Amino acid sequence: MLYREAGDFKTSYVKDSQTFPIKADRMAYFALLAVAFGVVPFLINDYWANAVFVPFLIYAIAAIGLNILTGYCGQVSLGTGGFMAVGAYAVYKLMTTFPDVPILIHVLLAGGVTAIVGVLFGLPSLRIKGFYLAVATLAAQFFLVWLFNKVPWFYNYSASGQITAPERTMFGIAVTGASTPAWAKYLFCLVILVALAWLARNLTRGMIGRKWMAIRDMDIAAEIIGVNPLTTKLSAFAVSSFFIGVSGALFFAVYLGAAEVGEAFGINKSFLILFMVIIGGLGSMFGSFAGAAFLVLLPVLLKNVLVGGLGWPTDLAAHIELMIVGGLIIVFLILEPHGLAQLWRVAKEKLRLWPFPH
Amino acid sequence: MKKTFTMLAAAAIAATTAAPALADLVVPNLSYRTGPFAAGGIPYADGFNDYFTLLNERDGGIGGEKVVVPECETAYNTEKGVECYEATKGQGALVYNPLSTGITYQLIPKVSADGIPLYTPGYGRTSAANGKIFQWVFNYPANYWDGASVAVKHLLDQNGGNLEGKKIALLYHNSAYGKEPIRTLQELSKKHGFTLSEIPIDSPGQEQKSQWLQVRRDKPDYVLFWGWGVMNSVAVQEAANIRFPMENFIGIWWSGSENDVLPAGDGANGYKALTFNGVGGDYPVYADLKKYVFDAGKASGAGDQSGSVIYSRGMYAAVIISEAIRKAQELAGTPKVNAAQVRDGFEALEITDARLEELGLKGFGQAFAASCGDHGGAGGAMVQQWDAAAKKWNLISGFIEPDHEVLDPLVAEDSAAFAAENNIAERCN
Repeated sequence: MLYREAGDFKTSYVKDSQTFPIKADRMAYFALLAVAFGVVPFLINDYWANAVFVPFLIYAIAAIGLNILTGYCGQVSLGTGGFMAVGAYAVYKLMTTFPDVPILIHVLLAGGVTAIVGVLFGLPSLRIKGFYLAVATLAAQFFLVWLFNKVPWFYNYSASGQITAPERTMFGIAVTGASTPAWAKYLFCLVILVALAWLARNLTRGMIGRKWMAIRDMDIAAEIIGVNPLTTKLSAFAVSSFFIGVSGALFFAVYLGAAEVGEAFGINKSFLILFMVIIGGLGSMFGSFAGAAFLVLLPVLLKNVLVGGLGWPTDLAAHIELMIVGGLIIVFLILEPHGLAQLWRVAKEKLRLWPFPH
Repeated sequence: MKKTFTMLAAAAIAATTAAPALADLVVPNLSYRTGPFAAGGIPYADGFNDYFTLLNERDGGIGGEKVVVPECETAYNTEKGVECYEATKGQGALVYNPLSTGITYQLIPKVSADGIPLYTPGYGRTSAANGKIFQWVFNYPANYWDGASVAVKHLLDQNGGNLEGKKIALLYHNSAYGKEPIRTLQELSKKHGFTLSEIPIDSPGQEQKSQWLQVRRDKPDYVLFWGWGVMNSVAVQEAANIRFPMENFIGIWWSGSENDVLPAGDGANGYKALTFNGVGGDYPVYADLKKYVFDAGKASGAGDQSGSVIYSRGMYAAVIISEAIRKAQELAGTPKVNAAQVRDGFEALEITDARLEELGLKGFGQAFAASCGDHGGAGGAMVQQWDAAAKKWNLISGFIEPDHEVLDPLVAEDSAAFAAENNIAERCN
């Protein structure tokens, strides 16, 4: 009744092909943006920023990045953690070498460095497919982690191999380092996320995105109709790695503040982000957000409810939390193999007809 | 997604209402009772909690103020560590003791900005011993570089003061924790003329076949070991499998608990480890613990860890923290101290043998006195050896002093690097 397209007439092609063709969707989107930019920064405190919002925003960037590669272009990657590490170490080297440059430029450059590395490791995708490609990217994961552990230049020869983000500013306000205000952290990540999500959304529905999807759906057919697999696959690797590199840079510099490659960017991270994409929904922007929210926020929520609310012992709560999250993943995938995005799509279809389904 | 946020908001409100009243002394326990490091995390957390329970039950807290110990599970994971820190900070936390070198590195800048002391006995960033640079961090009574030096001194003792031409392998957890001693050992190898080989083991270290193959091939005279959690028992088992002489295998203090050697059975006999606190249940404080905590059913966790090596170390950390709070109360003239006053307490803390005896812990730890510049303490450690037949750790040395001549310049160098990175001016001048 409220959510419908009847009466919402489009008089131009531009309007017809906009991201949110239904008015209610559009309003909700702008309302969400208004709340995210106009309300949350005034209410946020250290806990909400560091435990909830900042990790969610950063993982959403990573999930969008992997979704471009795996969801849109059909190339399975298990190297996400390694590529995030590239972003983190690139931003660390840039921050410490050029301390006066605004941090945003470093973050974007770190994404660029990761894009180059991603293309390099994407080269085998021209010859190998599916599970074999997954194994090749797995090699990237282990090689990169090993490299950052082994070569002291990457961590500026520190005694412990840890990298620590020094304080860097944007418009005179600290964005990295310990004295960063919560709102600055949050807004910095939010601006980057919104810009990148907008970019990704428009890339995926333009020519380049259609090429990616053509390759995903059937690469031989795509080649016959004139899609060049070399440039298409490599561009998917480049764009995806750029996103993942940016998220790795933010993860280290803004969120953690100090990192160690094996622990922060290990194989677990690759799997976590892959699960986000699968649970959220392959080939869906909304899915990237939903998957990141599900896997970042649910454990925090459960912990607060079980330990804070019910007063359970921490170890029991931690074990139950693993079981609940694991159980929910299985339930979701059985009920809806195409992820949360598909659930959302079905819900919207039903809403359009509600309350007269026939 | 919106729904998740509303639920989350409700949960957070529930969490904040459950927080303790701000009047109490809040000492958060960032523990880990799950994951591959739980074997060490559980006894440590239990010892930590139990000692504060004892103070509350027997003495009514510290200076008449009850101590509240909110526990938060980190699973030895830095992301969860950050979440725990932020979650407990708002409750008026007085001091943090995360028992993880990775989390320590993360918290050092945060606590310095928030003004909360960080106490990392026997772990964390070694150069934090330099109080001139690290105002908010304390790591007495001993740190990793002390440990490395003590281990080498023990080997010197055994070889008549000469390690020329010997081969020593360092087997380490491939993380900030395991890498800490490398720099010291490199310096020491130059000084004493032994060759050092470094063999990393990736976390969590359940699979060490290739590393021990390397040990077998290189045939080092001694193996030094920086391991933690499940990796310890695996290493001891592997060493027994390749029949490496166990008395030449020396672990740091985090690699020397009962949990690490029991699985290997008789094969672990003779394995050595360092310790900076006394082990065993013979100290009088255990009688009080039994009376007020265990028999009263107020023990933390399963209550089965009393007297184990890591349990006593968790208790030791609680002892030092409680003494620092006591000192802070004395300095501030009020029992209701805040984090900044507790920091002053840590800096003015002096632990004497007489005080340890009063606490029922005679000879348990080394006497030390902190100062503005010295946050690292004396740094001595003892060597203990496992007796597989009696299932018991025996102390085979007294406190061995580390080689300050080598360590002091290294601490100065590393802390100067930190100061330069973060624009910190030296204090205490």
